[in-house]
Amino acid sequence: MRYMVLLYNCDWSPEGSAEYAAKRDAVLDYVAMLRERGVFRGADPLQGAHAATTVRVRDGERLVTDGPFAESHEWLAGYFLLECRDLDEALELAAACPMASDAGVEVRPVRAVPGWYDPADRLREVLAE
Amino acid sequence: MTPRRAHGGVADGDGPERGSGPADRYARAAAALHQTFSAHRARLLAGLVHRFNDFEVAEDALADALEAAMRHWPKDGTPDDPVAWLLTVARRRGLDRLRRVEAKQERARQSLADAATTARELNPAGVGDVEWQSGLTALGDERLALVFTCCHPALSLSARVALTLQAVCGLTAADVGRVFLMSEAAMAQRLVRAKRRVRDTGITFAVPSEAALPERLNSVLAVIYTMFTNGYVRGGRDDQLVQPALCAEAVRVAKLLAVLMPDEPEVLGLAALLLLQHSRRATRTSPDGDLVTLEHQDRTQWDRDDIEEGLRLLRAAARRTQPGTYQIQAAIAAEHARAPSAEATDWVVIAELYAGLEELDPSPVVALNRAVALAMATTPQAGLELLARITGLERYHPYHVARAELLHRTGDTVSARDAFVRALNLVTNAVEERHLQSRLAALD
Repeated sequence: MRYMVLLYNCDWSPEGSAEYAAKRDAVLDYVAMLRERGVFRGADPLQGAHAATTVRVRDGERLVTDGPFAESHEWLAGYFLLECRDLDEALELAAACPMASDAGVEVRPVRAVPGWYDPADRLREVLAE
Repeated sequence: MTPRRAHGGVADGDGPERGSGPADRYARAAAALHQTFSAHRARLLAGLVHRFNDFEVAEDALADALEAAMRHWPKDGTPDDPVAWLLTVARRRGLDRLRRVEAKQERARQSLADAATTARELNPAGVGDVEWQSGLTALGDERLALVFTCCHPALSLSARVALTLQAVCGLTAADVGRVFLMSEAAMAQRLVRAKRRVRDTGITFAVPSEAALPERLNSVLAVIYTMFTNGYVRGGRDDQLVQPALCAEAVRVAKLLAVLMPDEPEVLGLAALLLLQHSRRATRTSPDGDLVTLEHQDRTQWDRDDIEEGLRLLRAAARRTQPGTYQIQAAIAAEHARAPSAEATDWVVIAELYAGLEELDPSPVVALNRAVALAMATTPQAGLELLARITGLERYHPYHVARAELLHRTGDTVSARDAFVRALNLVTNAVEERHLQSRLAALD
C-alpha cells in the first residue's frame, strides 16, 4: 500500500546555521534509510505559504488570488511518498522522520483507483518495450 | 432424502425417541447451528476477516453461510464438522461477493486467487463431496489477530471498544449501542465507519511485528480495561451501578488474551486484575440496589473461583519480573481478596503498591488512591495532607468523597459535610448519589 506522509509546520533554522546543517543531514540519512528498505517513492519540501497562489475556475472564468487556499495556521511543508506493507509500517517510518519531533506528521493511504496512472506501471512498460 | 455420509451423517444419538418430521429436523438443525455459532463465532469471523481482509465482506459471508446452513442442514442432516462446513460455504460466498463488488481492485484479485486456491484444496469437487478435515485445525486461531485489528490505536478508543464488543464478543449493534447510550442505527453507522477505516487506512489483519507490538498491545489492554470499567463504574443505565454482562465480556476477552499470549506479564496482570475485581460483583450493591463499599461487602459472597484464577495469573505474571501498571493494580486487588475481613486488610502493603504504581504511571487518581491507603495504614491526617497536594481532581467526585470520609474520621463534621455536598454536585450515577446522600444524613 502506498502512503503519503504529510509534514505540517516544519520549522527550519536559517540556512547556513549549524542546526540547519544537522537537520539536513538527518533528513538525507532518513531518505537513504528509506531507499535501502525499498519503500521510498518520492519526497519534496515545499516553499512556505507566503509563496502560495490559489487558482479557482468558476463558470469557465479563471480567478487567481495570492495566498493559500485555506487561511489556516497549519501549512503543508512537504511530503514523503512511501510504499509500505501496512499502516503499522507507515507509522513506524513516519515516526522515524527527523521532522516528526517538531512538525505535525499525518499519514494518509493513497487511494487505489483501478486504471489510475501509476509511475511504477509506466516504468515497467518502458522497460518492457 | 438420505443424508450423504461424507459430511452429512446425522449426529450420533439420533435414536427412535427423537422425532423425524420436518419440524423436528428443522429444530435440530437450528439447535446445532446455534451451538456451533455461539461456541465458534469469533474464530469463524476471525478466519474470514483474515481471508478477505475486510470486515464487511467477512460478516456478510458468514451471514450467508448461516442462512445456507438453515436451508441445507434440516434436509441433509447436521454435518459432522459444522465449523468446517460454515467456513467453506462462507469463504465461497465471500468470494462471490468480492467477485461482484470489487472485481477490478488489486486487493480483491489477490484475495480471490488465494481463496480460490484454498477452496480448491479444501473442497475440490464442491460442498459435501470431500473428506472434511477438522474445521478448527484448518481455521487456525486468528482470534488474536482479530483482537489486535479491532484495537488498533489508529481507531478512536470508543471505536475500538465498540468494534471489539461486536467482532470479538459477538454483541449486536443494538447491544453495543446500549453500552454507549446510543441508538442501534447510530451505533451501526459508527461500526460501519470503523470497519471502513480499518480497510482504508491499511490496518492489516495480523498480530503486529515485534517493533509495533508494545504500542499495539498497550492499546489492546486499554480497550479491555475500558470495556470493564464502563461496565463496572458507569453502567449502561444511570440507575444501575454494575453492568455485569459488559464486565463479563471484558473478563472473557482478557482471559482469552492470557491464553493466547501467556508470555506477556501485563496481559496476565490485566486478566488477574479484572478477575479479582469481578469476583466482588455480587456484593457491590445491596438487594435494594444501594452501593456497598468494599469495607462493608460480604466477603463470603466473593467468587472464590475468580479469586483463585486471578491469584494464579498474578503469580504467573510475577515470575516474569517485569512489573507493570496492570500487575500492580492486580496485586492491590489481590491484597483485598486475601484479607479475611476489612479490618485485617494490610493497608501498609497497599499504600506501598500505590506508591509503586505512582512511580510507574503518575496521575492524580493514583495519588488519590495512595492517599486513602496511607490514611488507612496510618492516620486520617496523613491522608488529608497528601490529598491537599493533589491538583486536577476538583471535578472528580471520588476526590471529594475521600476528603469527606477522612475529615469525618478526624471529627471535623462541618468540613466533611462541605466535601460530601461538593461530591454530590458532581456525581452522575444515581446509585452513588443515593449512597452519598445517606452518608451525608449519617453525619447529623
